[in-house]
Amino acid sequence: MNQPRSSEGMSLIVKTVCGWLKGFILLYGIHIILYGHLTPGGGFAGGAVAASAFVLVMLAEGEQTGLKTFSRKAASTWRSAGALLFLGIAGLGLVLTGTFFANFWTGNESGGFGSSIQACELGIGMLVCSSLYLVIVTAVPAIKKQERPVKGEAP
Amino acid sequence: MPEVVVALILLMIVASLVAIETPNLLYSVVSVGAVGFLLSIVFLFLAAPDLAITQIAVEVITLVLLLRATAGARHEPASDNRSFFSATVAVAMVVVLAIFSVRMFAEFPEFGQPVIDRFADAPSNTYLRDGLEKTGAANIVTAVLLDFRAYDTLGEATVLFCAVLGAQTILRKKARKQPDEADEEVES
Repeated sequence: MNQPRSSEGMSLIVKTVCGWLKGFILLYGIHIILYGHLTPGGGFAGGAVAASAFVLVMLAEGEQTGLKTFSRKAASTWRSAGALLFLGIAGLGLVLTGTFFANFWTGNESGGFGSSIQACELGIGMLVCSSLYLVIVTAVPAIKKQERPVKGEAP
Repeated sequence: MPEVVVALILLMIVASLVAIETPNLLYSVVSVGAVGFLLSIVFLFLAAPDLAITQIAVEVITLVLLLRATAGARHEPASDNRSFFSATVAVAMVVVLAIFSVRMFAEFPEFGQPVIDRFADAPSNTYLRDGLEKTGAANIVTAVLLDFRAYDTLGEATVLFCAVLGAQTILRKKARKQPDEADEEVES
């Protein structure tokens, strides 16, 4: 990922800054997802932040590198896994207590780590992150096909 | 605090007017982005950091998509001749909406006075009082979203899932039997 591809993506400055920032943005998104039951945020917010990290990589280093970092197939898998995790927690409530979406694992009352809410947030975060990334990945080639000679960045 | 919010909302109105009136498509998109970022700050001042984070992250991704879609797009100004009938209908609709809005806003509680103060037995009071020990989540927004109102969240997640699935199906480049990652070059 570190060898500069001069043919695609943006300039070396943008690529270098992106290389420093992408990890922090992704980490921030994961933090928002995992601590959503204690601090502001949650699955939707954290998933959107994490998706913006992948979108940054795709914009700065070009589509090839972006798709190498997080491929379409991987994104589809993560999306389905997140949805299944969310539904699985809901169904587990049905199995364990007899009510769909029952909160069967409340964790400790001070809001510690590990609860069914947190598991749901993880599922939603995976779903939102890969869905928003897939929106960009799917739409940008379709736009490019219409506007063949135009590069995405304004000169 | 409300003065800051009012000032931010006025800025948002100015930015949306710029977005409508400017002849340049790129300026228009940037103005739409400005509206979104100002809205995020408004959420912060209204003590809704959850919404602020979501708004700013979604706004960034939307802005990227809009910039990609409009960069280099040919500029075709909309035709200026509107018929008298459609203009009259539009003005009449605005007037009717304004009348209903005045009636509705008269019913609103004062700024900063939540509606649940009026009703002692509202479910929201129960959520606020017993939310922590019933769910174990200190963030009451998450507790409501994923415990008391989890069906709504399931619906939202389903909408997102199906929307992206549909977009992928419609916008895919090749039929299914092609390998997925091997053909990322866009052939025209």
